[in-house]
Amino acid sequence: MKYLSEYRDAAIVEKYLDEIRKLVTKPWTIMEVCGGQTHSLVKNGILSLLPEYVRMVHGPGCPVCVTPLHLIDKAVYLAEMEGVILCSYGDMLRVPGSKKSLLEAKAAGADVRILYSPLEAVKIAKDNPGKEIVFFAVGFETTAPANALSVLHAYREDLKNYSILTSHVLVPPAMEAIVDDEMNVVQGFLAAGHVCTIMGMDEYYPLVKKYKLPIVVTGFEPVDLLQGILMLLKQLENGECRLENQYTRFVKAEGNLDAKKIIQEVFEIADREWRGIGNIPFSGYEVKNEYATFDANKKFNIRLDKAEESKECIAGEILRGIKKPFECPQFGKGCTPIKPIGAPMVSSEGACAAYYHFSNMEAMA
Amino acid sequence: MKDISRIKMGLSCPMPKFDFDSINLGHGSGGVLTHNLLNSGVFDVLQNDLLNKKHDGAIFELEGKLAFSTDSYVVNPVFFPGGNIGELAVNGTVNDLAMCGAMARYLSLSFIIEEGLPMEEFWNILNSIKYCCDNAGVQVVTGDTKVVEKGKGDKLFINTSGIGTLHKKASISFDRIAPGDVIIISGNIANHGIAIMSKRSGLEFETDIVSDTTNLNFTVQKLLNVFGEQIHFLRDATRGGVASVLNEIAKDGGMGIEIAEKAIPVAEQVNGACEMLGLDPLYVANEGVFIAVVDASVANDLVVLLRNDENGSNAALIGIVTNDHRGQVILQCAIGGKRVVNMLPGEQLPRIC
Repeated sequence: MKYLSEYRDAAIVEKYLDEIRKLVTKPWTIMEVCGGQTHSLVKNGILSLLPEYVRMVHGPGCPVCVTPLHLIDKAVYLAEMEGVILCSYGDMLRVPGSKKSLLEAKAAGADVRILYSPLEAVKIAKDNPGKEIVFFAVGFETTAPANALSVLHAYREDLKNYSILTSHVLVPPAMEAIVDDEMNVVQGFLAAGHVCTIMGMDEYYPLVKKYKLPIVVTGFEPVDLLQGILMLLKQLENGECRLENQYTRFVKAEGNLDAKKIIQEVFEIADREWRGIGNIPFSGYEVKNEYATFDANKKFNIRLDKAEESKECIAGEILRGIKKPFECPQFGKGCTPIKPIGAPMVSSEGACAAYYHFSNMEAMA
Repeated sequence: MKDISRIKMGLSCPMPKFDFDSINLGHGSGGVLTHNLLNSGVFDVLQNDLLNKKHDGAIFELEGKLAFSTDSYVVNPVFFPGGNIGELAVNGTVNDLAMCGAMARYLSLSFIIEEGLPMEEFWNILNSIKYCCDNAGVQVVTGDTKVVEKGKGDKLFINTSGIGTLHKKASISFDRIAPGDVIIISGNIANHGIAIMSKRSGLEFETDIVSDTTNLNFTVQKLLNVFGEQIHFLRDATRGGVASVLNEIAKDGGMGIEIAEKAIPVAEQVNGACEMLGLDPLYVANEGVFIAVVDASVANDLVVLLRNDENGSNAALIGIVTNDHRGQVILQCAIGGKRVVNMLPGEQLPRIC
C-alpha cells in the first residue's frame, strides 16, 4: 500500500536496527508518548528487536486510558437517561466506570451507538428531533477539530438536541507533568506524530529548553519508529537536546492552521483530570461559554458522587512510564481485556492491552 | 474472488401479490396469513419432492457416514455488499459440513422475523436462499417461520441445520494435527467483515469490497478426492477470523502454530480499510475462506490445486504446526520481530484515532 508498505520494509528496519546497535554505549530510557506508537511497537515485535540498552516506556497518549472515571460514569448516566442517544468512539465502550461500562449499559437497553465521526452524530440529531444526542468527545488534539466542527455544524443548523461530553486532553502539559514527577525515568521523548500534524511543533520548544530533554516528533510505522528512536539516541549519546521532526511527510512546523482555527473557535484551555495521573493544570479543552448549549456537562447538570479508583490498578505508574505492565500483580490475572480493572487494559492503544495481546513472551521462551 | 455478476437480486422470480406489504404478527400465527405466506412464498420458491409433502418433518434415506451441523444467522445489516443473510444461512451450514469432509444434502430452515420486515426484502432473501441451495446442490426439506414483535428482533434471524454425507477418504479432526503439518489458507482474508462494516450504521464508508460468501463444498470434495487422509484438519475462518481458528487449532489441538505475516493474503483495499478502521484483518470475519492443516508432503500440490479452483485463486501457505509453544499462535512479523496472536477478547471495537 502506497505510503505504508515503504514504512514497513524489513530491509530498512534492519538497517536502522543495525545503526542503533552500533551507536548505543549505555542504557537509555525513552518514552513514546502516543498509544498508537505503543501499539505499533508491540504489534510489530519491535521491542524484542531493540538492544537491551534501549528501554522503551509507554506514555499517557491513549485517550481511552486517561479519561477519568467520573466522566465514564457521566456518559453511562446520560446513556441510561430516557430519550438520550449516546454516541461514542468504539473503544470507549468497554472502559469500566465505577459501576458499569457503556457496553454493559447498552446490553441493559441504553441506546449507545459506535461512530467514527461526531459529524455522524450531528446527522443523528437532525434525524431524531425528539431525542437528545450526546457525543462522548474524547481524545487528544487529534480528535478535537472534528469534535469542534460537530458543534459548529449543530450551531449553524440551529440544532437544540445535540451536545458533546468533552474529555479533551493535551499532550505537552502531560509530558511536562511526567518530567516534573520526582520518580521520572524518561530521558527523551518520541512525540506523537498525529498530534503534531494538527498542532505543529512550536509547543515543544519550551519543553526542550526547560527540561534539557531531546524530543523527536515521530510517526507510527516500524520504519518511522526506528528512525525516531535512532534520531533520539544520536542526541542522547552526543549529550544534545533538540526538537527534531522524523514525521516530515505529515508534520509542518505550524501544524494544520484550519484545524487549529476550528479548535480555537469552540474550545478553550482548562485544567483537566487525567485518569491514573490526577489533575494537570491547563491540560485540556472545555467548550467555550458561547457554545455552552452544546456542552453536555452544562446542559444536563449531572451530579454524581465521585467514585474511587480501584486500588489494585497501577495505571498511574504505567502511564507515567514508572512501571511496565508485567510489573503489575493483576496483569493477566485479575485484569484482562475481557474483564479489565484499569483502562490501559481496554483500548488496543493501552500499554497493558498491547502487552497482553501481542507479547506473551514468557510463554514463548 | 467469486464472480460478483452472479449476485442474485436480478434472478428473483417476480414477487406474487401478498396480503400485506410487510410481515406482521399474523404471519406467524399459524392461521390464514401464515398459510398464504408459506404457500405462495416459501414452498413455491424452495419446492422439492420432500418439502412438497408439507409434513412436520422430512423422511428420507441416506447412505454411509453422515455429518450434522447447525448455525444461526443474525447479521446486521441483512443486506450487505455481495450478499444477504439468506446466502449466509445456506452457505454457512453447507460450509460447516464441508469442513467435516461432508457434502451437504438436506437443510432445515427456520425464520424468526421481526414484524415490519418488508415483504419484498423477505422475497429477495428467499430467492437468494433458493439460488444458494441450487449452487451448493442442497435442498431445504423442513423449516419453520415465527414472527416476533417490533423491537424484539433485528429484522430477521435465520437458523439452518444440515445433514451431509461424508467423503469416503475424509478423516478430519483436531487429533490428526501433528507437528510438521503445514497450514494453508484458501484465499484473501477479511473481505466479509469489512463489507459488512462499510454498511453498518454510523460507520459507513465508500468501498467496492464485497462479501466473500460462497459454498465451499465442491472445492473441499475436490481436495479430498486427491489428497484424502493427508488433509488433517479443515475449518472455515468465519467469526473471529483467521486468528481465532488458529488459536482453536493451537488450544484444542494442543499444538504450537507459527505463521508468517507476509504470507497471509489480504486484498489491498481491504488492508486499507482495516488501517483506516484500526482493525486487524486476522480477526475480521470471512464467509468463503477456510484453513487447511495438511501433511507437509502434499502442501505445495494442494495449494496448486486450490489456486486453480474458483474459491482458491489466492490460496497460500501461511505457516506450520510445531511442538514448541504449545497452545500458542506466534506470528513472524513482516519486519522481522515476533509476537503472539491471541484470541479476541469480545468484539473488535474501532479505535479513536
